[in-house]
Amino acid sequence: MASTEIIHAHAAPQGFIRKYIFSLDHKVIGLQYYFLALIAVFVGMGLSLLMRIHLIWPNANLPIFGAIKPETYLMFLTMHGTIMVFFVLTTAPQGGFGNYFLPIQIGAPDMAFPTLNMLSFWTTFVAFVVLVAAFFVGAPLHGWTGYAPLSAVPSAGPGEGLGADLWITSIAIFCAASLMGALNFITTVLDMRAKGMTMMRMPLTCWAWFITAILGLLAFGVLLAAGILLLMDRNLGTSFFVPGGLNFTGQTSFPTGGFSSSTDLIKHNGGSPLLWQHLFWFFGHPEVYIAILPGMGVASQLLSTFSRKPIFGYRAMVYAMLGIGILGFVVWGHHMFMSGMSPYTAFAFSIMTMAIGVPSAIKTFNWLGTLYQGRVRFHTPMLFAIGFVSLFVSGGLSGPFLAQPVLDIPLHDTYFVVGHFHLIMGVAAIFGIFAATYYWFPKMFGRMMSEGLGRWHFFLTLLGTYAIFMPMHYLGLAGQTRRYSEFTQVAYQTKLIPLQTFITYAAIVTISAQFIFLFNLFWSMAKGKKATDNPWEATTLEWTTATPPPHDNFGGRTPVVSHGPYEYSVPGAARDFVMQNDPATTPAH
Amino acid sequence: MATLSPTVAVKYPQTRHGGGSGAPPTHGNGGGDGRGANGSPDYGERLRRARLGLVVGLTPVIMMFVSFTSAYIVRKGLPTVDPRTNSYVHDWLSVNIPWGLLLVNTVILLISSVTMELARRQITRQAALAPVSSIPGVSLGEEKTFPWLGVTVVLGLGFLIGQWMAWQELAARGFYLATSASSSFVYLLTGMHAIHLAGGILALLFAAATSLLRKPVEGRRIVVDITAWYWHFMALLWIYIFALIEIAR
Ligand code: HEM
Ligand SMILES: [Cu+2]
Repeated sequence: MASTEIIHAHAAPQGFIRKYIFSLDHKVIGLQYYFLALIAVFVGMGLSLLMRIHLIWPNANLPIFGAIKPETYLMFLTMHGTIMVFFVLTTAPQGGFGNYFLPIQIGAPDMAFPTLNMLSFWTTFVAFVVLVAAFFVGAPLHGWTGYAPLSAVPSAGPGEGLGADLWITSIAIFCAASLMGALNFITTVLDMRAKGMTMMRMPLTCWAWFITAILGLLAFGVLLAAGILLLMDRNLGTSFFVPGGLNFTGQTSFPTGGFSSSTDLIKHNGGSPLLWQHLFWFFGHPEVYIAILPGMGVASQLLSTFSRKPIFGYRAMVYAMLGIGILGFVVWGHHMFMSGMSPYTAFAFSIMTMAIGVPSAIKTFNWLGTLYQGRVRFHTPMLFAIGFVSLFVSGGLSGPFLAQPVLDIPLHDTYFVVGHFHLIMGVAAIFGIFAATYYWFPKMFGRMMSEGLGRWHFFLTLLGTYAIFMPMHYLGLAGQTRRYSEFTQVAYQTKLIPLQTFITYAAIVTISAQFIFLFNLFWSMAKGKKATDNPWEATTLEWTTATPPPHDNFGGRTPVVSHGPYEYSVPGAARDFVMQNDPATTPAH
Repeated sequence: MATLSPTVAVKYPQTRHGGGSGAPPTHGNGGGDGRGANGSPDYGERLRRARLGLVVGLTPVIMMFVSFTSAYIVRKGLPTVDPRTNSYVHDWLSVNIPWGLLLVNTVILLISSVTMELARRQITRQAALAPVSSIPGVSLGEEKTFPWLGVTVVLGLGFLIGQWMAWQELAARGFYLATSASSSFVYLLTGMHAIHLAGGILALLFAAATSLLRKPVEGRRIVVDITAWYWHFMALLWIYIFALIEIAR
């Protein structure tokens, strides 16, 4: 049950190290996660730029990197995907904003286990360092999905030696970190809500972080298990994922003893590469929802706040997220239609995958319902929230196509899939992060971000990302293969060069536009307009605190909640919004 | 703009500042030392939270072993290609498990689970009496404190040594880690379990260390309590693993 009186067990820290480095304060830890993700996203973006340039000018000599070899391209690809998925999309929305605002929004003084919280950040940090180290020894080629046997045999290619070991180690450490985080989030939500903060009065952001944590708790253990098996295959000679009869470099390995020659392949005697895919995607599909759910929460919060209307169908939103979470665990096979699978199994996965369209559509219609007839205030955070909905829809529409095995088989290894997941997972989740940044910046730093720069940033990024990723669907239909470093000399693909060139230019513009954001972020920290405690006239608890919130969030008091999270334009109320902790003079519902 | 609305006062654990910008705490353990050193005396709440945390934290452990199990079962039924004949063969090799030795280990672990439970109840009693016995002049009579915790640690280490002997025995019978898929799984499952149990032993040693440092018994009780539940879980997990590698041979 909700604890009525929460005791903040630790006092405000003294000294730089305790305060900013090894801090136990969830707000500092949230910012640490955020800035880690910020560094990561610029690294990841730089890599994508290099890839785009290489694709259309394969012979260009780049500064530092020189001429890019095919394996170098694949290394960039691996690092881009891994950094983006794990250290940006998993780190910023959950570790960053979740850490900072979940306790405040439920009226708690901190996370349930502050020391564990600190540990989980620093473990994430170590994971990042280990991953970046792979760069310096030659990063692996196997992409963010790390398919075996390429990832399981050190001699399978450049970067598959030490680089791949570092890559897997980094992922395993990241799993441990995420598990610690998930444990903390779940316990906090279940045990630390303020008096009156029932589950059904939690802001949808909290619901999203909560469900995301549950997904993480169930999924990362599986990835960790898979990572352990992979490391054993690579270093201890086991054969979980390396098939028998593998012929890589001329040697063949035989099951049940008896080997043809002496390389590291001979140690292997018949495992299943598909096993890796099953374990990976059992994690991988929930992972895509781990990336997007917090964005959904933020979009719901912002659409309601800036339309000055209660969220349309609060309960439906909660159940839709739960439904997505549950369904998310039974659809992983849709990534494996091409890997060889019984048509009956494929059919089951296909039906279940399309079923996810239902809760997704519920959410979309509720967002539109929230906007409908609202008195919309188009501040920058709202623009990004609307952008999120737009991208979620355009990226999501291609999902049901891919969910059908007959369509997926020709589309699987093409740019169609790249377009699908970048719109929905990549850019939509990033828009969620942007929206959250513009929205909560005043609370975190006590100043407003520039609206003018924010608008420029929004429109350039929205148009830019559409210009990059929409044509990719067409490319895919036209047969443009994915994960290939060069296509300009493939006869049937040469007609696609103009479109690919356009995409690269669009990428250059979009990436440049991100420096507007970077400038806005740091400039506003120092020079932005001073913010009031509740600049957006929002209702949730973080807007009742001082700015920035004191060490224990509520200054030695703990709020009592008597209202739902989205009471805007309540008839008869004095203002057009009712704070969650306003006294319950008006009926609570 | 925001109205700070009615709030209830918090009962403070100890002298501390009021708001966020107040003076540093003036008492013992220094600032920001976290829950352990500087924790609130509301141990009931902390215990409940720690137990909840444990239940949540065991979920990924279960998920890991579920993953290993499904990999095990799938691999067992899976034929692999033999390039010499270019046909599928079943290459699963039944591992000759030293089950007598493992049975002894199982008994040791189960006994340790009992002593762990006794240790848990002992410290629960001590924690309940702590407020009374700390009143000057009040004596609760001669306390008999049998070192159940120590016994548990010894038994736990005994189990680990027993497992190590079982691995030696497996090797002596010709089953090394990479000999076949089946032996890989046996080492994997027993090894992962051993690592988890070693974590439990570390937690118990930590609890013992805090007792030497004369930290309040209530804090130690929380550590012992959740380690006890963890320990029981490990015992169950072991029985499951033993059954799996014995039945699905
Ligand atoms: C109605 C909703 C959705 C459906 C039906 C759907 C369906 C699919 C299918 C069938 C694939 C496999 C395509 C292939 O590899 O051949 C796929 C790939 C992918 N989807 Fe979705 N999807 C949906 C929503 C999402 C969401 C919400 C996200 C992320 C937030 C997402 C992220 C991805 C990613 C990252 C991949 C590619 C992974 C890779 O191969 O590297 N999808 N989707
Ligand atoms: Cu998927």
